[in-house]
Amino acid sequence: MIGIIRTIWLTFLHLFHKNETVQYPDVKPYLSPRYRGRIVLTRDPSGEERCVACNLCAAACPVDCISLQKGERDGRWYPEFFQINFSRCIFCGFCEEACPTYAIQLTPDFEMSEYVRQNLVYEKEDLLISGPGKVPDYSFYNVSGLAIPGKGKGEAEREAPPVDTHSLMP
Amino acid sequence: MWSLLIILVTVFGVLGVAAISTMLERRLLGFFQDRPGPNRVGPFGLLQVMADAVKMLFKQDWIPPFADKPVFLLAPVIGFLAVLLSFAVVPVTTTWSVAGTLNVGLLFVFGMMGLAVYSVVLAGWASNNKFALLGGMRAAAQMLSYEVFMGLSLMGVVMTARSFSMNDIVEAQSKVWFIVPQILGAVVFLLAGIAETHRLPFDLPEGENELGAGFHTEYSGMKFGMFFLAEYAGVALISCLITTLYLGGWRGPLLPPAAWFILKAGFLICFFILLRAALPRPRYDQLMSLGWKVLLPLSLLNTVVTGAILLLRASA
Repeated sequence: MIGIIRTIWLTFLHLFHKNETVQYPDVKPYLSPRYRGRIVLTRDPSGEERCVACNLCAAACPVDCISLQKGERDGRWYPEFFQINFSRCIFCGFCEEACPTYAIQLTPDFEMSEYVRQNLVYEKEDLLISGPGKVPDYSFYNVSGLAIPGKGKGEAEREAPPVDTHSLMP
Repeated sequence: MWSLLIILVTVFGVLGVAAISTMLERRLLGFFQDRPGPNRVGPFGLLQVMADAVKMLFKQDWIPPFADKPVFLLAPVIGFLAVLLSFAVVPVTTTWSVAGTLNVGLLFVFGMMGLAVYSVVLAGWASNNKFALLGGMRAAAQMLSYEVFMGLSLMGVVMTARSFSMNDIVEAQSKVWFIVPQILGAVVFLLAGIAETHRLPFDLPEGENELGAGFHTEYSGMKFGMFFLAEYAGVALISCLITTLYLGGWRGPLLPPAAWFILKAGFLICFFILLRAALPRPRYDQLMSLGWKVLLPLSLLNTVVTGAILLLRASA
């Protein structure tokens, strides 16, 4: 009996407590840069696509939501198409960890609702952003040994010129 | 002309109070649970009532093919009309009452409350669904049990005021409100009133975890809405009755009588909502044993003691 009255009184006191609710669409929560939200494809500092279509992200993906096709242009590899099916994506971030070129990155955007399920399959146009994302000054082709127009073998950063295996000189 | 105005204002006032208390309840429940409640529609969420009404009206109003159609349609109407008619005898002020100074006012209210049982029982039966039927049966048992000592608990008030007329009862409280000498009766009446309108925590006829939704499982759209409006109007009715019978009705200093009445009744409606927020629903057998083993003896005791005191005072 006392317990019931006490319960009623304590509940009444809640009238003067502070609201715990976050008024979400008006007040956005702070999400750290490492938050694993929407996936984007980034570009290197010179504005070229970072993705080299190595397929490591698709291989690492536990739910097989990534599919892509390699293409080649001027010695550079790039994805001909790149799809992420966000209705399957579990936002685990394995693709970001597997990526050798920092091309694929997860961002703090989680507002990705669609009215049509088909719209959740993002094509390359939807994924590719104009900037370098979280890694501003990394360019894969500047450090790789691959020859591309404007840069021969051995001209990359921290790279020695190729050894001429036919020469007999020490 | 004057009486027609009173009737219209009473009917629409009750409808308005019932509609607004649906919003008020959700808002207050929100505050009791440290959240704002519905606050999106209109200033302070005040247009939520409109939004709910629009939703109710445009929902598919489906009658199951296996239901007993005429009874199915009639059940919510009976419930709503019974509550609405009870308001006829509630005196807001000395002059503001549909039935005027009806000398059997209180009896009329009990007659109407007896009819309200039909609403839930018929709804449960006409739905032709075992869960709805169980809900209806529980409602019948609960409401009939609590009606018994709901009436008995009031006998103290009636004996002291020597009248069944609501106006006379308010007049009899000119010295002291009946809640002081009749506190036992008031508590029993409050509990019985909650059970009568099957409000939480005594909403056993519903019981969504065992019974689907209870007696209104098969109801949809505005017919369901009528059950709900009837429940809220019932809350308002019980609040008005407690105000009239125990809290001195329109009596009070400074403010006009109608304001006092509305203030007291509104406070009680908020108290009903607080009870809903605070207390868990008892088990069905706990509800019944509380009713028959505690509240019935208490109300009988109250009647006997009040009678004895009145006799002693009369002979002295």
